Parts: sequence; structure tokens; C-alpha cells
Amino acid sequence: MIIATNVNKQFGKLKVLDNVSTTCEKGECIALIGPNGCGKTTLIKSILGMVVPDSGVIKFNEKDIKNQWEYRDEIGYMPQIGRYPDNMTIGQVLEMMKDIRNKKTALDDDLIRAFSLPKLLDKRMRTLSGGTRQKISAAIAFLFNPTVLILDEPTAGLDPVSSELLKEKIITEKENGKLVLITSHVLSELDDLVTRIIYMQDGKLLFQKSIEELRADTGEVKLSRAIARVMTNEGA
Amino acid sequence: MKKIIKYVIFDILRNRIVLVYTLFLLASSFTVFSLEDSGSKGLLSLLSIILIVVPLVNIIFSTIYVYNSAEFVELLVSQPLKRKAIWLSLFSGLASSLAIAFFIGVGIPVLIYQANIIGFTMIAVGITLSIIFVAIAMLATVRTRDKAKGIGVAIMLWLYFSLLFDGFVLFLLFQFADYPLDKLMIGVTALNPIDLGRILILLQLEVSAMMGYTGAVFKDFFGTAIGLASSAGALLLWIALPLWFSTKLFNSKDL
Repeated sequence: MIIATNVNKQFGKLKVLDNVSTTCEKGECIALIGPNGCGKTTLIKSILGMVVPDSGVIKFNEKDIKNQWEYRDEIGYMPQIGRYPDNMTIGQVLEMMKDIRNKKTALDDDLIRAFSLPKLLDKRMRTLSGGTRQKISAAIAFLFNPTVLILDEPTAGLDPVSSELLKEKIITEKENGKLVLITSHVLSELDDLVTRIIYMQDGKLLFQKSIEELRADTGEVKLSRAIARVMTNEGA
Repeated sequence: MKKIIKYVIFDILRNRIVLVYTLFLLASSFTVFSLEDSGSKGLLSLLSIILIVVPLVNIIFSTIYVYNSAEFVELLVSQPLKRKAIWLSLFSGLASSLAIAFFIGVGIPVLIYQANIIGFTMIAVGITLSIIFVAIAMLATVRTRDKAKGIGVAIMLWLYFSLLFDGFVLFLLFQFADYPLDKLMIGVTALNPIDLGRILILLQLEVSAMMGYTGAVFKDFFGTAIGLASSAGALLLWIALPLWFSTKLFNSKDL
């Protein structure tokens, strides 16, 4: 569904994406992991067209996304830090998103209800805590039944109950055959979610392996241990 | 695109600055017209207020507004919307609300006291200047990421168009006083929309007789249909060019 070929991006002198190539297919749940500042968010933003790569091609459903916008109709994006207009209420933001997406099909408001957002509809965005903002971002990402879900650090800042709810939702959607791209630092959470790992460092894509391969290669069942094993091997 | 314009205008209305600006213009227009005994003298006084206040308020307000809607723009860019549509909606929302504010604040009093060709020219010039400075502000903000720097650039641009440019022209005139520069001056005025607007209005008033030989050359040029059309064209270019450049830059901007 998404094919990235030799994507490069430079911010000033810093090379944030260095010849990144990968392919993502339907039904996969891919974890993008790596240290802070390794280019995960930039890669995600390039797929969304929010960052324009210096060179390289990103294709969505066989079509180059450069200067395209229609393809984003099939993507639900949950940003790392959800930033919304300060003086709008939650209700207004949700209404605005519905108005802009203008979907004729049924909306998926599972998360809105699960997070009990209807009680908070009159609250202004500027008064919200970081966790509540995350809930709204998540609710909007899933609201329009997109075929691709891009979640940037989805559980950062969420309380344990909400993050469990979100995980369940992600699993359901994955089983519905959707493509899910997640970045996270909490590897223990990803254990029962992901099918493939993409590991990035300093803008380079170091390796990508399916979870079975990774387990077989390292002899570890837990993802966090497997990654740690890989890292120490790389270092040695 | 209409939907985004709607949200932008709602947001501008909710923030009261534009309302205060409208009331300020209304108050100054009515004061000027009731203080001066002749209407055309009133127009002249109003002209000096407009040429300072309108560019200043428009450029500063638009700059700050665009920076403050960074979150809104970021949210929209990740949605299935054309970047061009987002940027142009932001422009249309700003330009239309500020132009309407000008029309209510200055247009209505002028129509009451001076509903003639001079009055109409003044309203048209004021509205065009409002839109021009929104376009310039948007070009300034798209180039600079830092808010403080962007506002600084906007203030510098306003200073340049309102004061520095005239100083520069005067300097040129004095340095080259021995050469016939009058025709050249017509070309130079096109480089500053405020000057262009001022001349368009002054030439309709009788005071233009006091502008000497240069005034006569100006009258010869701007008084004709070609002169009028080309100055109107120059003003439109002042909207189109900054807008075109800023849209182009926004299209490839990293958010």
C-alpha cells in the first residue's frame, strides 16, 4: 500500500532521513522504533505530505503522493503532540473534522464513547490536559474508518485504562485488515500488537524484520529483550 | 475551501481586535468629517489617517493571526485537503474580514458625507490596500518560522512602505535634481502601494495643483485612462505577486 523508495530529507546540516526504503502492506501492524531524533516522526510526516522529502519517491496505492492530497482521505493520523486551535471546544473540533472529511459512510465513534468524550464536549482546547488531547487525537484518527492508521507515540501520556482501550481498538482494526503504523518507545506494549519491526537510527533504516524472524534470530520471546539483543550484537 | 474560510472568519470574529479596529475607523471618520467644515478637507485628513493605520493594522494583525493558527494549519494539512486551498482560504478569510471592517469603518461615513468620485476612489484604494497588506503579511510569515522574527519583519516592512521608501525617493530626487526625473518618478511610485494609493486620491482633490511640475506630470499620466488602468493594475499585482509567492513557498513548507 505504501512504498517508500530512497527517501532523503535534510534539515539544515542534519540528515534526518538517509535513503530510507520500505514497503507496507494491508493487514500489517508495523512498529517504527529507534532512539529519539532518529527520524521516525519525519518519516511519518513525509508519508502524510506534511514534510516534503528532498529526494526519493513515496507511493500510496501505486500513486506518487507528491502534490497529491486525495490519498489522505484513507489515512487516520494521530500526532505525537496533538495541537488544536486554543479557543475551540472539543465539540467544535470534532464537528469541524467531520465537516472537512465529509464522509458519507458511517463514522466510527467507538473511541469517543470509550474515552467518555461526550461529557467534555463544551471544554475549550486550551484548558485540556495532555492526556485528554491525546484521547481526542486518537478519536479523530479512528473516526473516519480509514484504511491506514498512522499513530505517533499513541500511548504516551494516556492513563493505563485508556491506553489499554486504545490497544484493544488497534488490535480490532488490525484484524479488520487495516494497515497500522506505530511509533513507540514502550516496547512491552507492542508485544501483542505488531507483526513487523522497522528499526531506525540516525536517519537510516537499520533493519526491518517480521516479529517471528526477530524472535527466531534472537531466541527471545519478549520484544524488548529481542531488540536489546539485536542492539548489543550490532554494537559488538 | 468554503468550509475553511467559514472557520477562519468565525475565528476572526471571535477575537475582538477586528471589531475594535472597525470602531476606531468609524470614530475617526466621523470625528474628521464633523470637525472639518468642507468635505474635501475632511477626506484629506482622513486620507493621512488611513494611509498610516490601515497598512499597520492589516500587516500586524495578519502576521500574528497566521502564527497563531499554526496549530489549525497543521491539523488541516494532515487531512485530505489541498495545501493551496488551506493557504488561500486563510488569505480569503483574513482579507475579507479586514476589507469589510474597512468598508464599515471608513466606507459608510464617506458615503454619508462625500458620496462622489473622490469618496469612491478612497474606499476602493483603502480596500485594495487592506488586501495588499494581508498578502504581504502572509509572505512574511511563510518565510520565517520564528514568531518574534516574523512580527519584526512585518513591522520593518510597514516602516519601509510608510516612511523609508519616501525618504529614499526624496534622497534620489535631491541627488539627481539636475536631471529630468519626473517621468521616472511615475515608475518608482509603482514600487510602493501606499504611494500609489495616495497619488490616486490626491489627484482627484484640488490640492494636486500644489504639487508643482511633478504634480503636473503625474496628472498627465494618472489622469488618463491608461494611467488609471495601469496604476490599478499595479495595485492588483501587489496582491497577486506576494500571494503567488507565498502559496508556492507554503506548498513545499515542512510542518
